[in-house]
Amino acid sequence: MEKKNKNSKKPTYSKFSQQELPAWKPILSPGWVIATFLTIGAVFIPIGLLALAASDSVVEIIDRYDDGCVPDDFSKNAQSFIQNPNTKKTCIRTLKVPKKMVAPIFVYYELENFYQNHRRYVKSRSDKQLRDPDDEDETKSCYPEANTADDKPIVPCGLIAWSLFNDTYKLSTKNKAITIDKKGIAWKSDIKAKFGSDVYPKNFQKGKLIGGAKLDEKKPLSEQEDLIVWMRTAALPRFRKLYGKINTDIEAHETIKVEVENNYNTYKFSGRKKLVLSTTTWIGGKNDFVGVVYVSLGAICIFMAVNFILLYVFRPRRLGDPSYLSWNRNPIG
Amino acid sequence: MKRFVYVNDDDLSHELYCDNRVSNRKYTLLNFIPKNLWEQFSRFMNQYFLLIACLQLWPLITPVNPASTWGPLIFIFAVSATKEGWDDYCRYVSDKKANEKEVWVVREGSKKLIQAQDIHVGNLVWLRENDEVPCDLVLLGTSESQGVCYVETSALDGETDLKTRSIPPACMGIDSDLLHKIKGVIECPKPDKDIRRFDANLRLFPPFIDNDVCPLTIKNTILQSCYLRNTDWACGVAVYTGNETKLGMSRGVAEPKLTAMDAMIDKLTGAIFIFQIVVVIVLGIAGNVWKDTEARKHWYLLYPDEGPWYELLIIPLRFELLCSIMIPISIKVSLDLVKSLYAKFIDWDKQMVDLDTGTPANATNTAISEDLGQVEYILTDKTGTLTENKMIFKRCCIAGTYFGNENGDAVKDVELLNAINTGSPDAVKFLTVMAICNTVIPIKSPSGIVSYKAQSQDEEALVRAAASMHMDFVSKNSNILDINFNGSLIQYEVLDYLEFTSDRKRMSVVVRDCSSSKIILLSKGADEAILPCAYAGFQTKTFYEAVDQYAQMGLRTFCLAWRELNEDEYQEWSLMFKEANSTLVDREWRVAEVCQRLERDLEILGVAAIEDRLQDGVPEAIETLRKAGINFWMLTGDKQNTAIQIALSCNFVSPEPKGQLLLINGKTEDEVCRNLERVLLTMRITKAEPKDVAFVIDGWALEIALKNYRKAFTELAILSRTAICCRVTPSQKAQLVELLKYCDYRTLAIGDGGNDVRMIQQADIGVGISGREGLQAARAADYSIGKFRFLTRLILVHGRYSYNRTAFLSQYSFYKSLLICFIQIFFSFVSGVSGTSLFNSVSLMAYNVFYTSVPVLVSVLDKDLSEKTVMQHPQILFYCQAGRLLNPTTFAGWFGRALFHAIVVFAITIHSYAFEKSEMEEVSMVALSGCVWLQAFVVTLETNSFTILQHVAIWGNLVVFYIINWIVSALPRSGMYTIMYRLCRQPTYWNTMFLIVAAGMGPVLALKYFRYTYRSSKINILQQAERLGGPIMSLGSIEPQPRTLDTDSLTPLSISQPKSGRNSVFEPLLSDSPNAMRRSFGPGATFDFFQSQSKSSYYPRDKDN
Repeated sequence: MEKKNKNSKKPTYSKFSQQELPAWKPILSPGWVIATFLTIGAVFIPIGLLALAASDSVVEIIDRYDDGCVPDDFSKNAQSFIQNPNTKKTCIRTLKVPKKMVAPIFVYYELENFYQNHRRYVKSRSDKQLRDPDDEDETKSCYPEANTADDKPIVPCGLIAWSLFNDTYKLSTKNKAITIDKKGIAWKSDIKAKFGSDVYPKNFQKGKLIGGAKLDEKKPLSEQEDLIVWMRTAALPRFRKLYGKINTDIEAHETIKVEVENNYNTYKFSGRKKLVLSTTTWIGGKNDFVGVVYVSLGAICIFMAVNFILLYVFRPRRLGDPSYLSWNRNPIG
Repeated sequence: MKRFVYVNDDDLSHELYCDNRVSNRKYTLLNFIPKNLWEQFSRFMNQYFLLIACLQLWPLITPVNPASTWGPLIFIFAVSATKEGWDDYCRYVSDKKANEKEVWVVREGSKKLIQAQDIHVGNLVWLRENDEVPCDLVLLGTSESQGVCYVETSALDGETDLKTRSIPPACMGIDSDLLHKIKGVIECPKPDKDIRRFDANLRLFPPFIDNDVCPLTIKNTILQSCYLRNTDWACGVAVYTGNETKLGMSRGVAEPKLTAMDAMIDKLTGAIFIFQIVVVIVLGIAGNVWKDTEARKHWYLLYPDEGPWYELLIIPLRFELLCSIMIPISIKVSLDLVKSLYAKFIDWDKQMVDLDTGTPANATNTAISEDLGQVEYILTDKTGTLTENKMIFKRCCIAGTYFGNENGDAVKDVELLNAINTGSPDAVKFLTVMAICNTVIPIKSPSGIVSYKAQSQDEEALVRAAASMHMDFVSKNSNILDINFNGSLIQYEVLDYLEFTSDRKRMSVVVRDCSSSKIILLSKGADEAILPCAYAGFQTKTFYEAVDQYAQMGLRTFCLAWRELNEDEYQEWSLMFKEANSTLVDREWRVAEVCQRLERDLEILGVAAIEDRLQDGVPEAIETLRKAGINFWMLTGDKQNTAIQIALSCNFVSPEPKGQLLLINGKTEDEVCRNLERVLLTMRITKAEPKDVAFVIDGWALEIALKNYRKAFTELAILSRTAICCRVTPSQKAQLVELLKYCDYRTLAIGDGGNDVRMIQQADIGVGISGREGLQAARAADYSIGKFRFLTRLILVHGRYSYNRTAFLSQYSFYKSLLICFIQIFFSFVSGVSGTSLFNSVSLMAYNVFYTSVPVLVSVLDKDLSEKTVMQHPQILFYCQAGRLLNPTTFAGWFGRALFHAIVVFAITIHSYAFEKSEMEEVSMVALSGCVWLQAFVVTLETNSFTILQHVAIWGNLVVFYIINWIVSALPRSGMYTIMYRLCRQPTYWNTMFLIVAAGMGPVLALKYFRYTYRSSKINILQQAERLGGPIMSLGSIEPQPRTLDTDSLTPLSISQPKSGRNSVFEPLLSDSPNAMRRSFGPGATFDFFQSQSKSSYYPRDKDN
């Protein structure tokens, strides 16, 4: 084999080049598969139950107020009510507290049928402009809310900022006001890195069409937490955004009076508005979905395992049975 | 049209015909870029990607950064172009080498050394011994007095024996010094590729000879790429040059080969493309409808009332771009990458290194390894491919005594040596015939070692064997032969040579023993040519038996005979012989007739058996590959009986009871037609029988069959698993390949000589054996191997693995693209059908480039079955041949899996990340992580063997996924800033991942397990058997499934089956003889060598072992 010929280009030998790397070759033996399914079942059902329990311990109060806050004489024509600057927008709602709510209690507003994820909408912003006052002219991506009529850049530009949610809530129990803490509702990272502390609103909501809330031109964007929360666009047409936090406990069976300033127009596209008060646990807010799916998946896995065991017992089939090895060009199936 | 070549005329020829520059190049420097781009863009996929990339330049519709498409696209194009360019450069270099070879050419009356490319038509070219002929020449003079020279034409037709070429009679006797000045004109046809034909004539100008026209045939030419042998010099005039030579014309343009798998992938891509268009149209319409009915109500979107004219197109185009990832751009890159790795595995394989020469296997074409696993027909050359092309004398039968039967080598048989030593007259006579009845020329080198130069390797083998048995043919001085027998010198004077022709199939020498001055006739030849000439009453039975026995062993047999002549008889005959030799009309036939008068009443001395040794492992290789369901055709330029003998000895056809040979001979259309129909009928009848039926056809009949009875022959080709085609030309070989390809079979052609080049290029896969006939075939081939037996490994191991791996890789590539694309589509339903991308550019690009391509790339190391198991059960190749692992059905499975997984990922993500958690960036990352987790488990489940690399790639990839995203999340400027850190701290995130994996993989695992255990495929069973240990016997062999090609209804017909004499397989080729030629125009009775077995030889196949 060893030729003295040095020119002969002998291939280099290694386990890799000879495709001889040691390999683990598992096969789908009944033992493995059944054990896998049983294990998944055994692990998933407890996790699911834990998740369900956690979700159950969350106290959540939801109040839809968009229809209730339209005066009766406008009920046929809610839009003209909401668009009329002279109508009285304040409306009183009362909420029952079913269980004791332990601080911190989160106050959310929930919008339904609102497409924050619409392509036209998500793209209409300028991150550069929000970050740096020198980039205030970077409004190209903000179409159609980029510049004012006299071609001055709008800060913050874009449809998202322009359509900022502007309903407000005042909560009280037994005539004692509950303070809603509006600080710290936005992501810290956004405040620090995405919204400049030296960028101030300019030319905002000065156009013909007023979208949503106006901004205090004295406060830098990094302190406009409502805007920061709003600018974190939601992926689904039904979403909640943090309005504020309540740092005091609310006892069970108490009645909360909510004074809603109903400004935001969802009537045009028949969207819904809800006010949500919720406590939180390790899985976050109330969400039964995870728990239910865990439990049912676990159950299905155990069911499959049992089936496979029964099949194995009643219709045994020897693995690698050579009697199945007949070479015919037209095998069944 | 004719061409007129003016011999040795420097002025006239230059402009008319091309010079001798050989060019195999595809591009020039100037046209490289446009031509290459044009070729690349003629592929549909590339056009598609270019269109997508262009659309992405429009910011209004692009969901992602255009660089994510342009980058890979430019990269892909650059890689392909570089590869093509390099290949073309290599061709240029090898052309240049051939073109710049120096040859002696007469210029302005004197010999000059010029480069081969500067030869022009009409130039006189001088060649020396062992020179390669630079262009097609008409011979004008040689060093030999008889005006002949010897050439080796193996590069042209694969025949290795030396051929005699003679100068035209008009040039006879011209002194070599005068040849410089020779003038004349040759009228010859336009260049063509027929290497058997050259119908031209020559007229020499005064003063050389009168103006008579002298006809020229192919015998007067020496063609490009032949070698001059055993002749000191030869001189000829160039008639065809450059790419217009016979070889150049028959060198087909090698088209780029596309594997069956590529074709299937292209088809599936097309299907996906149509699906994509449908999705785009549906979503585009839905999007526009939603926009007009709903979106205008959503005041915060500020939709203008009047849009630009192209407004209606925007949403569909957005979806087109969003869905463009359905066709993964990475598939081409990954496939190219793994294909070159398959090729490297072939190059590296130490089990395919030819230990004799140290040459490793080599994959020149890196793109078609999968096709190796789908081969259905192998067309093989014989000499040098199946055999070693080394003739060795092995056995003999002298006067009824067998020698060499015990030890397999007569030269070492003690009894024979004893007989020789004791001077047994039979043995001595036998040896004498072996030593001198030939045209061999012994050449003594300065060191005293005698080497032999022979026209045929058989003769050389006989002389060598005689020498090793102390009958040493020492030298030849003109007509005197010196023989050294046991130390004593014996001299013979050669009186006449009765030459070998393929019609006579024997040759004789008349010699005079110088010591006793007896005149002896020594003959040797094929049994059917010698044995009937025995003297009356001679018992030839034992010799027939010996011939039979040797033929069964696949040995080439020669019968040796002897007769003492008396002086008168010889003188009388000698006159006739001289007269016959000088006849002008029908000379060959006259000579043959005269020879026959002398070659009679022979004393048969014995039978010598020569082995053209089969290469090691050829019968086993053929048997294994046949078990794998591959059909073999043998295409050879060799004689029919040699071909059949070799076929027998290498399991190509089975001997008597199991096998059956059907001969198709004939010189006229009628005969061929009749034969063809009979063979076809028998084939149809025996189709059901488990018999190895093979047909044998010769070149002439093939020509007729292909021309006039193409349909019948095609049907025959489909019905027959085995065929032997003898005396076929290179272009006929290529035609046969084409015929099989036309029937939609995957063909592999294997050969070793230049005559196989066309067939190799024509076939789906060409394999060259880098053997004794040079490297021409190996260079033209897609793969070159050192020995035939490596073909088994090439097909069963490399071909099969490549097929399996590519099947997985390509379908997986579509799966992962579809997965992410479906999620995008689902997302568009909750985002107002506006074409928002859920994923950002970075994620989308990284998903394709890293997360999903790295784990799958290591599937090139996956082995479903060990090499040993595959070799033991070659039938398993059937799964590849039938394309069981990649077809629309399996693809539908992957498509369904993608859809299912997309639903799982999307549904779980949006439900567990609902309400206050439904932040865009987070949801996007959760969905992406879900996909990446799922695909890791999909790859795991589909992997059969885990090497360390697989573990690293699959699990390491998950780690890398998180690392990359952590890094991106650390950049304040990126949209994903802090997202991944937030997610990883949320228990919900991990809960969601586990849910996605369990919900996505559970059903897949359950289904796979069920099929694996209760509906197992053969592969599964072998896997189980292999892993659980214990040998498995496999049963029977694969039944071929012929494709139907509107076969006519089967008409029952009883054929009279003449039970042939001694051996139904071995049939004399009488049709070649001059007598037969004549008779053939009469009733064709003698040609009905249509053989078949009686029905009694039907053996039911054992079903159980």
